[in-house]
Amino acid sequence: METVTAQDRTTAFDAAVAADERIEPRDWMPDAYRATLVRQIAQHAHSEIIGMQPEANWITRAPSLRRKAILIAKVQDEAGHGLYLYSAAETLGTGRDELLDKLHSGRQKYSSIFNYPTLTWADVGAIGWLVDGAAITNQVPLCRCSYGPYARAMVRICKEESFHQRQGYESLLALSRGTPEQHEMAQDAVNRWWWPSLMMFGPPDDESAHSAQSMAWKIKRHSNDELRQRFVDICVPQAETLGLTLPDPELKWNEDRGHHDFGPIDWTEFREVLKGNGPCNEQRITQRKRAHDEGAWVREAAAAYAAKHDTARHTAQAGAAPAAATAPLHGEATA
Amino acid sequence: MTESTDWPLWEVFVRSRRGLSHTHAGSLHAPDAEMALRNARDLYTRRNEGVSLWVVPSAAITASSPDEKDSFFEPAGDKPYRHPTFYEIPEGVKHL
Ligand SMILES: [Fe+2]
Ligand SMILES: [Fe+2]
Repeated sequence: METVTAQDRTTAFDAAVAADERIEPRDWMPDAYRATLVRQIAQHAHSEIIGMQPEANWITRAPSLRRKAILIAKVQDEAGHGLYLYSAAETLGTGRDELLDKLHSGRQKYSSIFNYPTLTWADVGAIGWLVDGAAITNQVPLCRCSYGPYARAMVRICKEESFHQRQGYESLLALSRGTPEQHEMAQDAVNRWWWPSLMMFGPPDDESAHSAQSMAWKIKRHSNDELRQRFVDICVPQAETLGLTLPDPELKWNEDRGHHDFGPIDWTEFREVLKGNGPCNEQRITQRKRAHDEGAWVREAAAAYAAKHDTARHTAQAGAAPAAATAPLHGEATA
Repeated sequence: MTESTDWPLWEVFVRSRRGLSHTHAGSLHAPDAEMALRNARDLYTRRNEGVSLWVVPSAAITASSPDEKDSFFEPAGDKPYRHPTFYEIPEGVKHL
């Protein structure tokens, strides 16, 4: 076998990215590429599972059995999204416990949007429409991300997200067309969720720390501002059909640009929430740690049961192929 | 305390319809094969994506090395005559 030099590897990596091919777990990749992916995928995974909390808040109080079943299914999906993403991170050699540790100790972040409270039932509709809607706008381009496992996870997630957005829209529409009080509740929810949803796209392009390198690596395909604009343009007619107003007096169609102009975003608020001073930061992490700790006995019981009964596991370990010694077997071993 | 990484990793394969092969869907952690199957059902077939599931311990998979990619698959590289398009057949010949 010929020796593969560092130069060859870099060239092969650059060529694969340039040719729009996917990088797979066992391919060589620059350390910074790996680190960027772990950071982004981890933050994304954390957002999925922390995002379960604001909506789970309303499961027991959903207004009908239909809405309750839908909401349970949606929250369960978000748990699934978290798992797909933790798996993708694991293919890069970063274990789940390490990531959960970093989430619990505040060393890794999740999307700021989940630090806002869900005050009324209408918030569940507004989250589905706006928060899942913004997430979809962000995530659709990630289906073509240069890292294979992340792109594949995103394909799966995007398919499932479209139900999330539609159920939210339908729920909000029912309220908007309901009694004056219900309409008012829907409008109030939109008023509170609109601006935080726009912040989900991240800081403006000229302040975005990692954007340029991520674009060069094709982890990211569009800039923050580009995606934010796309989202605004999508939402305006949807709000009209809902019969609700988006809380921005400067929002108007700009014929020359072919886009909607919108008012300035309060980035001070964004940074404050990011720093941990949002309305629910502490509650979210406390709840997450509590769920993790209170689930410990389940993990222990399952492990004890497995140790007692299982032969499959022992066979599997005894039969581990020699390749396992060199291959980073963090999932997608065959990729 | 037992942490989830003590649990082995499993690769999940889903047969989406009868008549099709099982296809790799992703991976998950589980303490044993039975739990791996149940977790796989909840994680990868929430919308009737499958009629059959396989779970395989990831450690049981032997994979070709990406570094040898070219040399390993090279034997097939210079044999275009294995493809039907290699052969020139006069125009108008049918069913061939
Ligand atoms: Fe999600
Ligand atoms: Fe969602």
